[in-house]
Amino acid sequence: MNALRGECPMALQTNESGDPAIAVDGLTKAYGLQLALDTLTLSVRPGEMLALLGHNGAGKSTLMKLLLGLTRPTEGRISVLGAPPSPAGRTAVGFLPENVVFSGGMTGKEVLTYLARLKKVDIGTTLPLLERVGLADAAGRPVRTYSKGMRQRLGLAQALLGHPRLLMLDEPTTGLDPISRKTFYELLGELTGRGVTVLISSHVLTELEARADRIAILAQGRLLAHDTMDGLRRTAGLPVRIIAHGVEGAGRGRRVLDVAPEAKMETLRALMDGPLTDIEIQPPTLETIYAHLGAPTGQEDRS
Amino acid sequence: MTAILAIAGKEIREATRNRWVLSATLLLALLALALAFLGSAPTGDVAAGRLTVTVVSLASLGIYLLPLIALLLSFDTVVGEAEQGTLLLLLAYPVGRSAVMAGKFLGHASVLAFATVVGFGLAAAVLAAISPPAPEEWLAFALLVAASVGLGWAFIAIGHLISVLVPERASAAGLAGGVWLVLVVLYDMGLMGALVATGGQGWIGDALPALLMLNPADAYRLLNLTVMDQAARMAGLQDVAASVPPAMAAAALALWVAVPLALASVIFSRREL
Repeated sequence: MNALRGECPMALQTNESGDPAIAVDGLTKAYGLQLALDTLTLSVRPGEMLALLGHNGAGKSTLMKLLLGLTRPTEGRISVLGAPPSPAGRTAVGFLPENVVFSGGMTGKEVLTYLARLKKVDIGTTLPLLERVGLADAAGRPVRTYSKGMRQRLGLAQALLGHPRLLMLDEPTTGLDPISRKTFYELLGELTGRGVTVLISSHVLTELEARADRIAILAQGRLLAHDTMDGLRRTAGLPVRIIAHGVEGAGRGRRVLDVAPEAKMETLRALMDGPLTDIEIQPPTLETIYAHLGAPTGQEDRS
Repeated sequence: MTAILAIAGKEIREATRNRWVLSATLLLALLALALAFLGSAPTGDVAAGRLTVTVVSLASLGIYLLPLIALLLSFDTVVGEAEQGTLLLLLAYPVGRSAVMAGKFLGHASVLAFATVVGFGLAAAVLAAISPPAPEEWLAFALLVAASVGLGWAFIAIGHLISVLVPERASAAGLAGGVWLVLVVLYDMGLMGALVATGGQGWIGDALPALLMLNPADAYRLLNLTVMDQAARMAGLQDVAASVPPAMAAAALALWVAVPLALASVIFSRREL
């Protein structure tokens, strides 16, 4: 499948002012007595990809709805592309909701044409977008006949309508096969390279680890961490795993060591003095860091 | 405006695709044709043309069917999309919520207007082919069609209000059924009972025209009767019809379109997702 391949047909605009693409300050959202977001302060630079992590109900979707202006904050301030959220401001924003749904009777082309009209986008841009996400051949078929992956790709196509300067993607890779996932992230890389800001939430942490510029971890509406991957590793202070092969000489023997980050180099030097044939260094993964930083699990509250 | 037209176009396309337009048009055509032929032998001292008899019959029976069709078309327009999951994406677009409501109303209103004009028009065409009606009969028919479209629009507006008031589609269906029953059946029965009990005397008798206009179905009935002298005579309601200027009945019906629609728009705009 050649989904999501090819050249991006859009000339994207960038925010050249240097102001943050997203800035929230003391943002709180309460549903009754329950806090969906609790005094959240966060900013995202133009062209940055911020991964939003958190268990179900951590507040990720609520944050996206607040940024879109679909719900009002209980307290705090929000700025999206330099202005408070508004219908007009959404012209420059592309959004892919979690489990995106389209009217089943419409064809892929009709869906995209309809949404292009809502965004006042040239209808002529819809076909290149459908080609871009690998749906050109299925464009005339009703959406109800699409697989989950195809619906998700149509969702991505609509998010790209009208050269958005900010993309908000809620679990965008659900249902995508590994090749589509890879090309999807290549596309995101291309877009961020052109100055598009991306806010992405996903439960597939391994996907985000190498791709996101920064990572924000939410738990019960609170921001637990907001840093680069290296920064998170430093904060977490989790041991680095070193696997040394050939410790007994002539390629025999294997030793696994979990050492503190600050002791890594010293341990490596000590090991290098021996008869090693190979050495592997495994820094803590995002998954390990996420578990360590303590997002509580198993709670399903409102998000 | 582009967004409103786009949303209206989508509603029309969907109604066409799922056979709504076809079934509503056929239903109204069948009703009109049945009444045209069942009521085609007027007797007694009321001299009326065949089309006039059909108009009076349609005014009496359309009052039940048109609101039902309108409510079925509109009751889940917002709650249905919310339940289906398409609402979040729609509202994430640069479209105000009042524009969403306006587009949906325009779409549904067009579907119902088409079904009414074509459905009733078909019956009129058949009657005209058999024996050409007098010009004033055509006028009465045109007024009936216009009033019927107005009645349908009022119940579409009520349907849209229902669709933003309740959190579940099933509740919206129940509420729509209840509204239809109250406005179309029970309200008149209650009024009639009160009139019989008081012998039409006292405040109820005096306030009857106003009370009738507090219900879109009765405003429609009054509008038909006020503009159709012959029809009023046949319905035996000349006195009430004479006390209400046609413009007032038309204004009441127009308010029944505007007020629920405005309320729906305000409530929807304040809704948090």
